[in-house]
Amino acid sequence: MDLILVNLIDGLVTGLLLFMLSAGLTLIFSMMGVLNFAHASFYMLGAYFAFQISIALGFWMGLLLAPLIVGVMGAGVERYGLRRVHQYGHVPELIFTFGLALLIEELVQFVWGKNQMPYEAPEILQFTAFAIAGNSIPAYKIFMIFISVIIFIGLLWVLTRTRVGMIIQAALTYPKTVEALGHNVPLIFMGVFGVGTALAGVAGVIAGPVLGTFPGMAFVLGSIVFVTIVIGGLGSLWGALVASLLIGWMTTFAKAYNLRMEDLLTWIGFTKPEVLWDSAWRDLWTITSPQIADILPYILMVLILIFRPYGLFGKRDA
Amino acid sequence: MSDQFTTDPTKPAQRMRAGAMILPLSPWIIAAFLLCVMPFIFTNNSAITIMNQMAITIIFALAYNMLLGQGGMLSFGHAVYAGVGGFACMHIINWDGFFSGLPLPILPVFGGLMGMGLATIVGSFSTRKAGTVFAMISLGVGELIAACSVIIVAFFGGEEGISGDRTYGLPFFGVEFLQQIEVYYLIVFWLMLSAILMYLYSRTPMGRMANAVRDNPERAEFLGYSARWVRFYSFVASGFFAGIAGALFAINYEILTEENLNTTQSGIILLVTFLGGVGFFFGPILGAIVFTLVQTVLSLQTELWGFYLGIIFVATVMFFPGGLAGLIMMHVPALRLGKLGHLGVPYLKTLLPAAIGTLGAAALVEMTFHVRHAATGDHEMTLFWTTFDSHSFLPWIIAGVVTFVGFAITRATAPALVEAWNEANTPEGMSR
Amino acid sequence: MRKPIMLGMATALTLTVSAFAVTADTVKIAFIDPLSGPFAGTGVNGLHQYEFAAEELVNKKGGVLDGDMFEIVAFDNKISPKESLIQLQVAIDQGIRYIAQGNSSGVANALTEAIQKHNRRNPDDRVLFLNYSAVDPALTNDKCNFWHFRFDANADIKMDALTDVIAKDEAIEKVYIIGQDYSFGKAVAAAAVRFIGEKRPDIEIVGNELHPIGKVKDFTPYSRKIMASGADAIITGNWGADMLGLGKSVLENGYEGPIFTYYAAADGITAAFGETGEGSLRLVAEGQINPPASDAAAAYYEAFKAKYPDGNISQARITNVIEMLAKAINEAGTATDVIPVAYALEGMEHESLWGGSVKMREVDHQLIQDVHIHAHTGSDVTFDYDNSGFGIRVEETVTMAAMDSETSCQMRRP
Repeated sequence: MDLILVNLIDGLVTGLLLFMLSAGLTLIFSMMGVLNFAHASFYMLGAYFAFQISIALGFWMGLLLAPLIVGVMGAGVERYGLRRVHQYGHVPELIFTFGLALLIEELVQFVWGKNQMPYEAPEILQFTAFAIAGNSIPAYKIFMIFISVIIFIGLLWVLTRTRVGMIIQAALTYPKTVEALGHNVPLIFMGVFGVGTALAGVAGVIAGPVLGTFPGMAFVLGSIVFVTIVIGGLGSLWGALVASLLIGWMTTFAKAYNLRMEDLLTWIGFTKPEVLWDSAWRDLWTITSPQIADILPYILMVLILIFRPYGLFGKRDA
Repeated sequence: MSDQFTTDPTKPAQRMRAGAMILPLSPWIIAAFLLCVMPFIFTNNSAITIMNQMAITIIFALAYNMLLGQGGMLSFGHAVYAGVGGFACMHIINWDGFFSGLPLPILPVFGGLMGMGLATIVGSFSTRKAGTVFAMISLGVGELIAACSVIIVAFFGGEEGISGDRTYGLPFFGVEFLQQIEVYYLIVFWLMLSAILMYLYSRTPMGRMANAVRDNPERAEFLGYSARWVRFYSFVASGFFAGIAGALFAINYEILTEENLNTTQSGIILLVTFLGGVGFFFGPILGAIVFTLVQTVLSLQTELWGFYLGIIFVATVMFFPGGLAGLIMMHVPALRLGKLGHLGVPYLKTLLPAAIGTLGAAALVEMTFHVRHAATGDHEMTLFWTTFDSHSFLPWIIAGVVTFVGFAITRATAPALVEAWNEANTPEGMSR
Repeated sequence: MRKPIMLGMATALTLTVSAFAVTADTVKIAFIDPLSGPFAGTGVNGLHQYEFAAEELVNKKGGVLDGDMFEIVAFDNKISPKESLIQLQVAIDQGIRYIAQGNSSGVANALTEAIQKHNRRNPDDRVLFLNYSAVDPALTNDKCNFWHFRFDANADIKMDALTDVIAKDEAIEKVYIIGQDYSFGKAVAAAAVRFIGEKRPDIEIVGNELHPIGKVKDFTPYSRKIMASGADAIITGNWGADMLGLGKSVLENGYEGPIFTYYAAADGITAAFGETGEGSLRLVAEGQINPPASDAAAAYYEAFKAKYPDGNISQARITNVIEMLAKAINEAGTATDVIPVAYALEGMEHESLWGGSVKMREVDHQLIQDVHIHAHTGSDVTFDYDNSGFGIRVEETVTMAAMDSETSCQMRRP
């Protein structure tokens, strides 16, 4: 029972981190209809910038400044890159962000080299917040939960309660009308892109010390972010939240318990072959849940796309 | 096999849209001739290995373009069809009783069938929708199968993959395929065959419908064609040729591993195809040639090859969405007007300084990289066949000046080029 | 439009080839390892160690034969088997006869097969494979061949030494085995189960699992499981980011017992573990760095540090590769015909720069050498890693480890 609680907390941390990434991505998608493949690269940039700033000014300035820099870079990419490619259509847009992801990874290696950076959580947060049955929960994880929840509430408030949020929502569905009303729609697009990438930057800043700051960090997380927003429903903030938590818990529990395919197969009614090592199905019999934990989200996504292409909370087709 | 305008300059670009089943012969004959004499120009084995790699990439990229260019379907997991085809062939090679009675040149058929089989299964649900849904399913399925490669060891052989020996097959007219050169001609045969088949496919009503569905699925539906089935058939055909590419990979390298399946491989083929140009049949061929050269030759010269490739790719998407092929075909109108020659001097004036400026910029990049990442105390670096001290001022000044002057001249002469370009594309006697 | 491209290709190909035209009087060794991509750090550091060893141990002493110098030619394989095979072909075309590779057993498996086939099909330009790091036991067992020489102790030998230490420690009652889901991780797990069963049947193996290689973003669930199992020792074959992630995660989670591992040093990992790893990490490896085995070893390391201040000697065996190859070439009297060189290498005994003697076993071409258990520590390290103040120090030594171990190798000699 205790372990379940611990895993719930761990899954929550993973899920909320994923949410911070997918929130920005899903906003950008609902606005411009483009899936930003470079989104995780901005997350990586956030971690690297924060690392560089933390050497000179400490962790907290990194948390403050790095997302701002990333946001400005994101806005720049929209203004000078995406807006140009937009005229060619959606597929070139996707390919552009794909190329950008490659380029950012190379750029990071060019500047910082290929090794992992010694980016650490601040001293002040390096203690054990509390322990459940011998399993310690570091204070830093509580801090991560705290930051993500604040961001979610803030985002929800801006989108639903403020004037800017109203304009953004309107621009989502009727860009022409909003433009006719005198609002600068390209500017809104640029702003949303900047804010979305800045969110990814925040995720990078706080995830860097836990998950490691290395050139492959974007690639490792890249496609799972897509999976999240596709499962949640493209363009839905709530969907992104639910899908993130779902994935967080699903993978955590799959890894924390050794569920064996053997048990499942025998339960269904198959009999285990006598000489397993020679059987063509030997690998199927020996699969355990931790082995496949990380591909579960992909299985879920393919199933969702087949049976409910607009995702859990999406209002329209992907 | 690639270009059409050299054979018939009067109606070039429209050919892609023409419905008739036509196969202009001369480009294919030239291509076949070139492919046959290439080994006599580049005799060493490494050149042949690189050309083999190039040919395999060409087939794969052409197959990929059946989806992306002709069908408008963006796949992020196409490597699995080639990979699974290759793995199947590797198993056949290792199947003593069967393989010893099978001539090696027949093997790619099995790879193709395997790729096709997998594409049939996946396509049955992934092609129902185009656009993002299709792209995401392809990504998901790609990740799934790539992840399976380390789990299902019986078929994929785990991390070290599976390997075999191609020479145990039934000798084909006495050829045992011991040498690279023999493999080269086998691959070239399949390259020509698949390229011709894919070209013909793009000219069948089916291929034309794929274009229609790409451009306007609704109208295609109104005409009585099921957009879904059109996509499905394109997908299956593409899977077949991807499988052939995988089989040739198996023959050439005699080993298949997880890297033949993973998303990086899928990403590379997208990059190759787009770089070459998706709008023309010969685009992916150019892309594959350029990419293989960059990957194998440039990477011997500089550690930063990936960085340059990234820049080239992003620049292509931003400024030349037609890719290399698009860039070449831009000149067709001028050629038709017989004014292509007028562009020569302006091009030289602008592009030569631009190239020099680019080399200067690359030198700056290399020197920055060296200063930042070389071992401390290691000040010596070699660039463009000159060895110098990267920490002294002189090389920086030279590179900086070369870059600046190069780009300044480019900037100064660019308007003249635009002028010449407009002139060359305006028929005589017409006002602009 | 086709012509210029072919022309460009022609120039490019000639360039590559002519840039490395074979000059007389050098013995070239192709170094085929990742020099770009995520594992480039390890590859570049290895290349520096090779270049330094060739310079210090051979060239400065007058070279081999009649003053022929060693030259290391680097090839970037991007840790891909396919790229490795292309680069192998390029190397062979340049007249190179010696191929050195180490990172990734997957690549080594591909190379050893390719070299075997190449040598069979092209008797005129045969090559030798000097494997300095890939430790998959199969390479000197089922997949062994005459052209392959392994200079590192293989995974089984290392596990044998490691379990010797575990067996001695009475405090250890429960062991958790965790590793990456591929050939090497599986080999480690199988060897651990086998040796513990033989040496200390009373030890309970409370967990034995594999996780996807390079894909795990957060090791917390695994460390929760390890804690819950009550293990008081962990055995893992993880390397790179997987090692760092697993190690940091279990330690942060309150684990205090030893972590027995293969690769948890240098290339940024020592620095990243720092204080956290003190007292926990135990590494099994050949090559004694701390305390220095001799004045010569200390002087060599200092000279290396003077040339590469950011580098580490993390693969001490590289000096053995270079010295033994030089000796074998001198003995054979030729550097171009690899068969006598290979015969000279077989059975060769050699005094290692890092202390102890080593022997290339004839039967399977596995180098038999002293294997040490190192501790990751910040005290008493003469030569630290990553300039972090932390390094590895020898705690225990197994001399000539697994000298009589069995092998399934059936070598066919030319």
